[in-house]
Amino acid sequence: MKKILIILLLFNLNFEQVASIEPEIFVQSTVNRASQILSKSISKEEKMNQLKSIAKDTVDIRGVGFYSLGSVRKNLNNNQKKKYLELFENYFLKSFSSRLSEYTNPKIEVQGKEILNENYTIVNSLLVGTSERPEIKIDWRVYTKNPDNPLIRDLIIEGLSLARTQKEEFSSILNSNDGDINALFKTLEEFSKN
Amino acid sequence: MFRKLVIAVISVFLFTFSANAGSDGELVLKENQTKEIKDCFEKLNRATFSFNQGLDKAIIKPIAKGYRNLPDPIQKGTKNAVTNLSNLVTIPNNVLQGDVKSAMINTGRLVVNTTVGLLGTIDVANKIGFPKYIKEDYGQTLGKWGIGPGCYVVLPVLGPSTLRDTAGSFANVMGGDPWYNASVHGNNEFLSEGLFIASKAISGVEFRANNLESFDNLEQNSIDFYASVRSLYVQDRENKIENNQRGNVEIIYKNEEDWEEIDSN
Repeated sequence: MKKILIILLLFNLNFEQVASIEPEIFVQSTVNRASQILSKSISKEEKMNQLKSIAKDTVDIRGVGFYSLGSVRKNLNNNQKKKYLELFENYFLKSFSSRLSEYTNPKIEVQGKEILNENYTIVNSLLVGTSERPEIKIDWRVYTKNPDNPLIRDLIIEGLSLARTQKEEFSSILNSNDGDINALFKTLEEFSKN
Repeated sequence: MFRKLVIAVISVFLFTFSANAGSDGELVLKENQTKEIKDCFEKLNRATFSFNQGLDKAIIKPIAKGYRNLPDPIQKGTKNAVTNLSNLVTIPNNVLQGDVKSAMINTGRLVVNTTVGLLGTIDVANKIGFPKYIKEDYGQTLGKWGIGPGCYVVLPVLGPSTLRDTAGSFANVMGGDPWYNASVHGNNEFLSEGLFIASKAISGVEFRANNLESFDNLEQNSIDFYASVRSLYVQDRENKIENNQRGNVEIIYKNEEDWEEIDSN
């Protein structure tokens, strides 16, 4: 009976751990995975491919995509939304992995967190400085609506949000083309091809 | 010469577009939340941005690369010296923002670094435990007083700015920068206009040298590099006005509901 209780207790503890992943542990584990790849002696293309696979697991690409589109997303029909999300994913994965692949052997230390509400936690971290570059503060906006599957929605580097920058970039392209969503589609497509 | 150039550059932007700025700009007291910046002169700004990029590739970037090859102690000493000079603008702005404590600390820092630190080349104050130096300028002070950024502008050579920040820079040459006053109008044999221009040029090269890779990376991964730089400049200024080095979530996202509406799980 005692053994059964212990097994049940262990099962329960294990279940609790699986069911709820703390955002700061999730971020640390994600950066550790990325650091391992960036430290490998492999080509930049190989690094980018492996980083893309991490991004697919850990970033809410669909959410970031819709956020980047701003209020324009409300005017799209289902076919346009589908096309946009396909193009955005290719664009995002290429842009994200290309930005990161420039770093070799980065060391990121998670320092703390700030719970904004039940849906969002900001995890604070520090990219440790080297002789060639100063330390860099990186904050991660983690979407925690589903606590057993937290997802990254933004990186805030030294107070500068990548998601906001991307949103304003998209907005600028739409404004320059009289709000024509096809112009944005074309730009995203061209970026992914090159 | 430099003064005339600065006045000419600023006059072009402030007066040529004054009608437009008067109607579209937001050089008014801020309300509860920060509004999105207006790019009233976008066509001209994009043209100036292209000109600056050409100038950067032909002259500034190669100089910055050369600067990066200088021995570390020379780079560090130069950086310390121009940072020390910036204190002369930071201190009056600390006072104007009502931050007397920081003004006193920065005055102490200036005295220690200029004397014991051999004209600012050694950051002695940092070594003896002064708090981290945070630069302030007249644009930040205007922001702190509640003046909105106004329209976004790209200045030739000087780069991204806003009407508010340009007006802030104008204050430097109108008597707000003791280093400018002493070197340009000081009537002494040690300081000259050339030295002032050199100090500003070194400051620019030093900034560019520190951002060689990050600028290349940003350009390579942007679908609209101009818009990316505009966004990053505006975000950086918002953080500096709030003295918030990690950024403030409410300011970063303007409207938190933009995120709340998106449900992916």
